[in-house]
Amino acid sequence: MSTIASGPGAAGAPGDPGDLPQARRRRGGVVWSIVRSRPQAAIAGNILLVTILVAIFAPFLAPYGPREKVGPPFAPPSAEFPLGLDDGGIDILSLIIYGSRVSLVVGFAAAAVAMLIGGAVGIISGYFGGKTDITLMRITDYFLVIPDVPLMIVIAAIWGRSLTNIIIIIGVIYWTGTARIIRAQVKSVRERVYIRRAQALGASDSRIIFRHVLPQVAPLLVANTVLTVAVAIFAETALAFLGLGDPSLVSWGRMIENAFVSNAISVDAWWAIAPPGIAVAVVILACTLLGTAIEDALNPRLRVGHLSVRRFRLRPVPKDAA
Amino acid sequence: MNEPVLTVEDLHVWFELERGGELHAVQGVSFELRPGERFGLVGESGCGKTTTILALMGLLPSSASVAGRVLLDGEDVLARGEQSVSPHRWTDIAMVFQGAMNAFNPVKRIGDQIAEPMKLHGLAEGRSTRQRVGELLERVGIPAARASSYPHEFSGGMRQRAALAMALACKPRVLLADEPTTALDVMVQAQILQLLAELADDFGLSLVLVTHDLPIVAQVCERAAVMYAGEIVETGSTDSLYHDPKHPYTRLLFSATPDLYGEEDVVSIPGTPPRLDRELVGCPFAPRCDRVFEPCASIAPPLRPTGAGHAAACHLNDPVMRVAS
Amino acid sequence: MTSGNGSAPLLEVEDLVTSFPVPRGVVGTIRGRPKLAVEAVAGVSFSVRKGEMLALVGESGSGKTTTAQTILRLVKPESGAIRFRGEEITNASGRGLRSLRRHVQLIFQDPYESLDPRFRVRATVEEPLLVHGEGGGARERQRRVREALVRAGLTPPELFLDRYPHELSGGQRQRVAIAASLVLDPELLVADEPVSMLDVSVRAGILTLLDELRSSGLGILMITHDLSTAAHYADRIAVMYLGRIVEEGPARDVITSPKHPYTRALLSVVPQRDPRAAATPQILTGETPNPIAVPVGCRFHPRCPIAIPECRDVDPELRVPAGARAGHLAACIRA
Repeated sequence: MSTIASGPGAAGAPGDPGDLPQARRRRGGVVWSIVRSRPQAAIAGNILLVTILVAIFAPFLAPYGPREKVGPPFAPPSAEFPLGLDDGGIDILSLIIYGSRVSLVVGFAAAAVAMLIGGAVGIISGYFGGKTDITLMRITDYFLVIPDVPLMIVIAAIWGRSLTNIIIIIGVIYWTGTARIIRAQVKSVRERVYIRRAQALGASDSRIIFRHVLPQVAPLLVANTVLTVAVAIFAETALAFLGLGDPSLVSWGRMIENAFVSNAISVDAWWAIAPPGIAVAVVILACTLLGTAIEDALNPRLRVGHLSVRRFRLRPVPKDAA
Repeated sequence: MNEPVLTVEDLHVWFELERGGELHAVQGVSFELRPGERFGLVGESGCGKTTTILALMGLLPSSASVAGRVLLDGEDVLARGEQSVSPHRWTDIAMVFQGAMNAFNPVKRIGDQIAEPMKLHGLAEGRSTRQRVGELLERVGIPAARASSYPHEFSGGMRQRAALAMALACKPRVLLADEPTTALDVMVQAQILQLLAELADDFGLSLVLVTHDLPIVAQVCERAAVMYAGEIVETGSTDSLYHDPKHPYTRLLFSATPDLYGEEDVVSIPGTPPRLDRELVGCPFAPRCDRVFEPCASIAPPLRPTGAGHAAACHLNDPVMRVAS
Repeated sequence: MTSGNGSAPLLEVEDLVTSFPVPRGVVGTIRGRPKLAVEAVAGVSFSVRKGEMLALVGESGSGKTTTAQTILRLVKPESGAIRFRGEEITNASGRGLRSLRRHVQLIFQDPYESLDPRFRVRATVEEPLLVHGEGGGARERQRRVREALVRAGLTPPELFLDRYPHELSGGQRQRVAIAASLVLDPELLVADEPVSMLDVSVRAGILTLLDELRSSGLGILMITHDLSTAAHYADRIAVMYLGRIVEEGPARDVITSPKHPYTRALLSVVPQRDPRAAATPQILTGETPNPIAVPVGCRFHPRCPIAIPECRDVDPELRVPAGARAGHLAACIRA
């Protein structure tokens, strides 16, 4: 019945991968497939998506303007103003909506800066090793021990309180975690045989880094960046709360700062403090969940269930046994 | 006393697959092991040989389900799952694992790890443990003083010897060795194989040697079974397997193995083994067989005797099938 | 077997020495311990001609893999000479090195790791062309990729071009790696244990492929620990022990009348297929010593079954022993 593809060196029945796993065409990459398959990541991702959309369409979504006085100071929540008004009579719900813009912009931009610096340092350090590695790790250590908030205070005091400065400060302080994680992974990827093969081929280091190492490291970099977004948003909130934020912009941190400065507590105006705090918490939580879900999925060793032996089950011998 | 010390009857093992479905890794394997016998289980990757002996030790994960009987002195050790297997593990059946060289805990001393099975089964206490460990080490060719060393201080060959010592700690009657020499140099391999043979004789062990390397089985074992796609396709004395193979896969496997002094052409077997997550129809080797004929694709050949102590699962040995086609 | 044609050899290696420093550690440095170096390759000479397959055989610690790495200049040699097509490449760099990398290709042991899992077969085989800026346009490159796949036995190539490595069997992956080596039309292939991680039934296919490539004019240096494979496919065999070649000659001669006691011992312990094969194994005691502490005199003498007192004093040269044919050398004073 079957014609054998005989002859020397037949590669095996063409088109039949034997008992290999079915081809998984990676559409859109590893990260996307992880997000799709884990509810935790999907929910977190959706929350983030909603937040981003809110930020983008803020002018259309917010009932009032961010500087529009629409009622008495500290008016409590009502049907007209679901989250009440702040000390200047401005609708808090609108402030939350507009405030998302700054928080997200700073969060993503600062995380991007951190990713670029940290990723580059991690890759260079991990790939080249030797003195380069030692030097870069020393520098990383120096940055690691710098206390973040005092530095931010100092820099804000010297160079002024602008959005760009905030982004740069946060990015420059928080790249170290990324650098270390990426370096570790690059070090292990570097030892893979296909990298050695590329070197034996005469491929340049930059080619190897961009075409072989980076794609391997990218998912982890993405996961790490998402986590850094959480940190960056929190950092921005803290800075704004300390009065170091850009005074001309609305952000959740500024809302909290404003509430404290205007003594919202003494008039029991919880609606001036809680909503921005909750908003920050929700977004940070979403980022953290998403980031850790991706990281977990990329790190199969964390699963130990498969190590439990001896828990096999018994079943009857199949009837049609030969 | 020629009663088999171990009888495997119609062993099946299935693994649950993450993506759904099952992998039928071992499909009705049966064989007997006599006292003092050296039995080889030969096959290529994925044929189910390692899974088979793991089943004998009951070392299968929760995704596995097992059917069939494993009789040790007439008692079915698989009857109640882990409960019925664990008393026999190490005391009656012991195993040396593939990559045993890496199976040691790097932060515990070798001596302590060798003593572990003894302690587990309450077979030794205190000073007598140390003495016994020392004896075991000497017996496998390691100075007793090295019991206080850590695994990384041993070479690959020495770790393999230590693994043997650990397997023999509770004086088992059956030793299962899974690719015991795979990552070792030729000379060290010869040393370990010689050691295995000596230990089998000295301790009165029955040995099941699992490997993909036919020449090793030819050298060490008296009898062997060839596995393919989860089944035993041929079994018999190693002499008859080489000189008078009754299954095309056995014959082709020998032809695919280069020999030091042989002048014949070395051939490869085209194609790949079948997937075991689907039901197979007919002979599993049919797509790759060079003597395939009519009944092969639709009827699965049973393992039938072809001579004294020799059996094969191939329609070519069945005069009825050959006439009918 | 077209075993070269007397013209200049493709690859010539003379007295090659490669050493690695032994890390002293902090304590060692403080205590002023001398800087040690391990000579993984301690003076090795051989040549490979066009259309010839030389098998470099040895156990772990013999230096065979390091030799291969040194020839490809993945590791810098300490001393000695490497010549490719007559040109000295021992200290080549930049352009000279790039040219070397075009003509000499390395095939790795592990087919499961030597392909980038994110590259389709098409991209893997095309990469060498891109690295060396060859092959006019995309279409020309694709043509060469197809040809290379066919030459490596993967026909029809269309079936494999868009596959990822995890969709291929071990044998197929190794063929892809071979195709990637062939796409630049190299002259010398260095194969490091090309089949040791493949199933037995698949090995012959790959080895036959290498044999065909050899007959089509490529020179092949095969690193292996498997004497049976070497016996069957190689034209010449060189046996290495502790960084030196202890015996070298035509494959048949080395296998059937070995002149060095190590070779004899090694051959005697290789298991054979036939259970009836008379075997008087000479199992040596102990293991290959650590290259840090090389025995004085003949490197092999502590484990040698026929060692005599002189062996401690003399480091034997590789020469044609009595009774051997021309081209068959051994490094033993008793040969």
